[in-house]
Order: sequence, then structure tokens, then C-alpha cells
Amino acid sequence: MSRRFVRLGETDRPPLTLHVDGRPVEALVGDTLMVALLAHGRTLRQSEFGPEARAGFCLMGACQDCWVWTETGDRLRACSTLAASGQRIVTSQPEASWPTHA
Amino acid sequence: MSGASDVIIVGGGLMGSSAALFLRGHGMSVTLLETDLIGRQASGTNFGNVRRQGRAMHQLPLANRAIAIWRKSRELLGADVEYLQSGHIRVCYRERPELVGAMEEYADQARHEGLDLELLSGNALRDKFPFLGADVLAGSYSATDGHANPRLAAPAFARAAQKLGAIVHENTKIVDAQKLGEDFVVTAADGRRFRAPILLVTAGAWGNALSSQFGEPVPIMPRGPNMSVTEPVPYAILPAVGVMTPLEEETVYFRQVARGNIVLGGSTRGPSFPDAYRAYVLPQNTVSQLKQIRRLAPQLGKLNIIRVWSGIEGYLPDSQPVMGPSATTSGLYYAFGFSGSGFQIGPGVGETMAEIIAKGHTDIPIAPYSVARFAQ
Amino acid sequence: MADPRIIIVGAGPAGVRAAEACVQAGLRPTIIDEGRRDGGQIYRRQPDHFTRPYQKLYGTEAGRAQAVHQAFDAIRDRIDYRPETLVWNIADGHIWTAKATAQEALPFDVLILCTGATDRLMPVKGWNFAGAYSLGGAQVALKSQAVSIGHRVVFMGSGPLLYLVASQYVEAGADVAAVLDTSPFTARVKALPDLLAMPSVLWNGVRLTQALKRAGVAVHHGVTPVEIVGDPHDGLGGLRFRDRGGTERRIACDAVAMGHHLRPEAQLADLARCAFAFDPLTRQWLAERDGDGRASVAGIYLAGDGAKILGARSAEASGRLAALAALADLGLTSDTGEMERLRGDVATYARFARGLARAFPWPAQQAAALPDEAILCRCEGVTAGDLRAVMRETGAQEANRAKAFSRVGMGRCQGRYCGLAAAELIAAEAGIPIEQVGRLRGQAPVKPLTIAIGDDA
Repeated sequence: MSRRFVRLGETDRPPLTLHVDGRPVEALVGDTLMVALLAHGRTLRQSEFGPEARAGFCLMGACQDCWVWTETGDRLRACSTLAASGQRIVTSQPEASWPTHA
Repeated sequence: MSGASDVIIVGGGLMGSSAALFLRGHGMSVTLLETDLIGRQASGTNFGNVRRQGRAMHQLPLANRAIAIWRKSRELLGADVEYLQSGHIRVCYRERPELVGAMEEYADQARHEGLDLELLSGNALRDKFPFLGADVLAGSYSATDGHANPRLAAPAFARAAQKLGAIVHENTKIVDAQKLGEDFVVTAADGRRFRAPILLVTAGAWGNALSSQFGEPVPIMPRGPNMSVTEPVPYAILPAVGVMTPLEEETVYFRQVARGNIVLGGSTRGPSFPDAYRAYVLPQNTVSQLKQIRRLAPQLGKLNIIRVWSGIEGYLPDSQPVMGPSATTSGLYYAFGFSGSGFQIGPGVGETMAEIIAKGHTDIPIAPYSVARFAQ
Repeated sequence: MADPRIIIVGAGPAGVRAAEACVQAGLRPTIIDEGRRDGGQIYRRQPDHFTRPYQKLYGTEAGRAQAVHQAFDAIRDRIDYRPETLVWNIADGHIWTAKATAQEALPFDVLILCTGATDRLMPVKGWNFAGAYSLGGAQVALKSQAVSIGHRVVFMGSGPLLYLVASQYVEAGADVAAVLDTSPFTARVKALPDLLAMPSVLWNGVRLTQALKRAGVAVHHGVTPVEIVGDPHDGLGGLRFRDRGGTERRIACDAVAMGHHLRPEAQLADLARCAFAFDPLTRQWLAERDGDGRASVAGIYLAGDGAKILGARSAEASGRLAALAALADLGLTSDTGEMERLRGDVATYARFARGLARAFPWPAQQAAALPDEAILCRCEGVTAGDLRAVMRETGAQEANRAKAFSRVGMGRCQGRYCGLAAAELIAAEAGIPIEQVGRLRGQAPVKPLTIAIGDDA
């Protein structure tokens, strides 16, 4: 099982392509980013304070467990953002772009 | 009478808690009385700067005393208050080049007080602190300053004092204090009374209510810090960072805790209401703070804040505390009104007040903090 | 006098009915809503390109859902509607909004908070594994996106939503492994007198249970969850529970939908400085209000599940009632007959809700029994043992104090999902009544706020 979410209908929608961790992912117009990602994969991000990967929890913008990143470092809440063609998403937190060696 | 001891301390913030601990070290019995819970207002809601640079020169001996305590805080307290000696950088903006001279002058003077500051500009500054924005002209770096967790610090001092035998009463609101004969008698709202020959008032924004009872009113103004914190991100910013500027709105600062959250503070202060025991962050202050943070460190604009907070702080007109013996009443001592910059020096204040009370003198200069400066 | 400025937060059944009443009074209210479309969580409208009919989406509530949507569509041009907009703070008669990086402060004379509810969660060891979702989240997945949260799903917790969402999953063709209800069946019998306040809704519930059984779904009452098992990398792979006889059982699954009814989203009422009171039946703190929805602060009105969990039908009634109360307070209408009727409706829903609370009790004892290694706060990764250790070391027994020392409730969700259980754990550990633990104070921003807010560059 390489995907988490299972589509139960409404699959006649137009397709779109986004990139997740550099790889193209097919999704459908109207998918949230979360559904687009979890219809192809198992997890969305890594917990900051534990060993486990996370895949969201509440799906209604309350728990804040589904934030992902764009390749340019912007933050998106996957359950309340629609998937769109051309999105370039990363699921692992980018290293800080301001390394210090003080 | 609910209790008698050598010293009563009214006000369970960082000053009172650390004073209680060090008084026990001098073998004196101590009762610490706190209106609410230990360290919940100014001591617990401030930014957490353990910063010497930028303080008035006469505060540096006290700050140096304090830093020695911060460095041994884990052993002293038996608790981790997340003290990190990870440096502090104070920067100024391009539109205020005259401040570079002020930074140099400060560094020259501070060196004589044992505080070494490194002035950085241009590539050296950006190489060392690449997160600083293009508006930043120069910076003064103190490698031996740092930060700690205010939520944990005062309660840890109070617990350590308790372990050494100090009596701590929380939820004890003091409504009256008088000197009757040789002793002070302090009365709580619920009628409990406490007696001791020495009274130390470390009541922050509430300090004036007690000093007034002894004929020493001070023009203290309650305000509240403007604080925010981001979601956790990879730990990469070691020093605490602050802006040197004459404009209050530009005065922002930030630090990253080891877990990854970035604590933001400053820009403007909010109202606080000691009588209602509440302080509020005004939304416009949050917005102005975030704008100034973007200017100081543009990369932070990609992050979210997840919480804001404030607390009740007491400010005096000259931004210096009231600290030392009363001018009217023997046996009465004050340490309050630290005007938004008491956290770093807090343990030093506690140790110094304990020394004054137990030994009758201290080598730390405290003349600038005399309550008498507000006498009519 | 200029028209009063009325702001309604939330475009679910309460907010829509409140706005409708204002429009009928000739006013142009502002509705601010975080959703992309109106309907709230319960009557959430599916995105463009989805084609399922109302009956399929909303079941027995299809008519009501459609009526609320139609009511919204009818007033759409006569309101200032601001979707995808967060109200992140309130101060001095203004709400502060964020839409992406755009920020605005809007003044109000009347603020009607229809902020809805989120799932009430009782942590279970392993609930931090990928594949554990809130019951409401599982429903959103199906209703709004036509997906199941997993290949094989267990529904665990209690409350009417447990049966509703499980049967919706079955009907949509998902593989439902089991329904595990922590409440004993006998509780339902005892609650029957109150549940009979709404016989048709009660009957709907009975039919849902029968449908699940007909579909071959195992339904267990009176269970005790033991552990959600899984792999940190791949997510959950099953769960263990004790049935009502005490026998431990194991079910293989890759998803668990969990929840114990709902809790109000009361942060804005808190930030508006409304007074709160403890409700012993639900063991939650609720913003105080009078029978019409007036909060303790003048000009603030509370309606729908954001005030108290009384359900979507009640939300329509209390939303309209709160608006009529506000209009009456402004001297603009005085239909006391309709208000009296709405009060009666809300009272009936309240009686039914009392029955639900008794039929599906919050299993407070589970918090006390959480093993030390179980994650209590998902955001900060704080375990039950961490909290207990902090209590032992510091003596903390008050909710905000325990949060300050342990980080429980200090994360991104601001304690929405761990706060109630943490309070139960503290109460049990300290041996004090839950109300003495207090409640986590609301802190802005209500949801994460970008540092780029107000950046016009």
C-alpha cells in the first residue's frame, strides 16, 4: 500500500499535475493538497519532536498537523489549500536558509 | 499569626524567588508571599534575554554577578531553565549611521566593566549572521550573553528556595503591611497575617502599593511586553538579536530556542491592568512587530506565529528599578520596577538583596536605584 | 444614525441564519469565514467539478443542508461575504482579519460568533501515528473530497458522529473494519427520556446502527481502547482494545477515525473577554450567554455549536435567535413571538443534547489511565508521563501552569486536541475536581498567522 487515501468516486474531474519532492504527481481539479499527496503517498511531513511521520489529523484547518512547504520555502496547510498545476511541494522541512556559524 | 520568620518577601517573581534562595544561603528564615502563582507576570512573560550589553554602565556589575549565577543555574536549581550562552547581537540600521559611534563608545566603556563586545559590519556581519536584512548596517556582538526560558526560571528559583527551607505561599494577596514595634506585620486578603523584622518588597508593578504604605510612593507605570512565538523550525539562529534605535516601534528582538521556535518581542508595549490581573497584546502591536521583524530578518517572513502573550510589568520614568533600603523605615527593602529589563539581572538582584539584608552592605553599586530619588 | 455594523463570524448553519435575519431587517451584515465556501463543517459544500447529489452527501439531513445553502445563495448579494478569511484577534470593538497576507481591522457594533466546533479527542497510545484522524476529519474527507482516510478503517470513540460517519463510509463503499464505542449500551437506555425530545433524530440513529450491522460491520459497545499500533515511518497498522467483557482484541487497519463528540471553538469569545462557566455535564468550559445568545460582553452574541454543542438544527435556530436578539437590542425589530418560538426550539434541542451527552459520556477515566509513554499533546510530542513528571516536580495543578511547565497545549493547535484530556489527567493525578484545573486561556492568533501579514511588497 503506497497510498493512504482511497478515492471512492468523483474521479471524472479534470486531471492536473503537481510536483512533490521533485516527482510529478497526478491529481484531480478540486483535490486539496492533502488529498493529492495522500492519494499517492503515505505521509505529509515529519514530526518535529518524535520519530514518526505525520499525515494530518483534523482536515478542517484546526490541528495544524498538515503544513507542507513549497520549494521556495513558503508554508501551505495541505488540508485547506487546493492542489494546482505547477505547484512544487516538499514534504521534508527545508534546512534553514540562514546557516550560522557564530 | 500565620507565620513568623526573619524575612518576609512580598512578590514571587524572579527577584523575590532568587532573594529567598540566597537568604536561605545566609541562614535566614524566609516567607515568600505571592498574590497568584510564582513568576507568572513580568518574570514569566518577558522575552528571556540574558543580555548584558545595552544596559546602563552602572548596571554591569550587577549583570556580571547575575551571569555567574545563570552559568551555574542548573546545579544551583537542580532544574534546567534552558539557559544558553549562545551570544547576543545588537544591530543598527543604515539610516542611523550615527549609532555606530554610540556602539563603539559603549563597547569601550563596557570593556572596563568586563564585557567584551565585537563590532561587526559589512561582510563580516553578514557572513556571521546571514539572516540579517539589507537595512542592517552594523552590529555589536557579545559572545557571552544569551537567553533562558522565563516560564521556568522564577518557579525553579522558588522551588530551590523551598527545598532549602523557605516557606512559599502562593495565592496570597497582600492587602496591608505595617511596622508594629520591631516587626513588620503583613496581612493577606483572607486575613492571614505574617510577621518578620525584615520586609523585602519585590512586587513588580504592585510595588508602589506597598512602598506608599511607608510614605514612599513611586511613579510606577504598568505596561506589558508584546511577545509572539513561531512554529518550530530547524535550530539555526544561535544568538539573541535586537535592534538599537531611538524609535520604540523599531525596537524588536528575537531568539530561537533549541526546540526550534523563534520568540519575537518588542516594537511597542501594551496596556496591563494590575488590579484586574490581566495584560493584553493589542493586535496592532502584533502587526507592527511583525513588520519590524521582516525588516530585521526578512527570511522570518516565511514563518507563522502560533501564539502571542503579554504580562504585567512595572516601569519607572528613568527605566531604572527601585532597589535597596527604604529611606523611611528601617528593616524595609525594595527591589521592583525593573522596567522591562529585569530578567538577566534578576538572580543578581536576589543575591545582592540577600547580601544587603544579611550582611548590611554590598560592593555592587546600587545608588542609582535609591527610592529616595522619587521623594518630593 | 448610520446602519449598525454587524459582523458574523462563521458561515455554517448558525451564521447563515443569523445573516438572513439581518438581511430581512434591511441590513447588510459582514460574514467572515475560513472556508472556501459557505456551509460550515456540517453542511460543507463540495468543490467545483464534484457532482454528488445532496441525498448522497448529507443523507437524512439533505433537505436541511440544501435549505441552508439556498438561504445563503439568496442573500449572497446583500451581504459582505469574506471567505478564506481568518479572524485572528479581537480588541477594542474591532476584529482583526487575515486573508493570505492581507490584513484588516473591521469595526463592529454587533459581533455574532458562530464559530462552530471541532472534535473532542481522548488520546490513545499511538494516536500520533499517520493514519489516525479525527472523526470530523474522516467525514470531511468523504463529504468534501470523496476519499476514505484509509483502505481499512476503524471508527473509535463515542457520540452520534461515530455511527453517522461509519455508516456514510459503508454506504460510499469504504472498508469499515469495526465501530468501537467506549460508551456502554446501558447509558443509551438511561438517556432515553431526553433523547425522546427528538424522536425522528433518535430513530435516524437507530437506523444507522442497524445499517452498520446489516453491512456486517462489527459494532462493540463499552470498549476500552488500549493502543494504536504502527510504524513511525509508515503509520498505523492496527489497534488493540478491550471489549466490554475485558477480553483484549486486535484489529488490523491502516486508519482510525477517533473522537468523542464535539467541543466548541470558543477562542474568539475568549479573546473578546467573554466570561466562561464550567458545564458539569460535558465537563467543558463554555462562554456564558443568556437564552437568546447574549454574551457577558455587550454587543457580543454567541450561537451554534461554537457556544454549546447542540447540533446543526439547533445552530440554525440559535443563529437566527441571536441575530433577532441583536436587532432587538439595537431597537430595530421586536418579533417577540418568533423569538419565543425559537427559544422553545433551542430548549428542545438542548434536552436532546443532554440525552446525547448521557448516552455517549466522555470517558474521563481514560485520560487518567493513559500510560506514561502515550503521547498526550500531538503538536509538542509531550507524553502523559512527561506531564505527570512535571506535576510531581513542580506541583502544577492549574491548566495554564501545567502548560507553561510541560508544553502540553503549547503547540500549533493551541490545545484544541489535547487540552480537555490533559485537564482530566491533571485532575485525576492531583485528586481535585476538573473545574479546579481551570481552562486554557485563549491566545491570539486563533490559527497560525503569517509573519508576512500586512506585507504589501
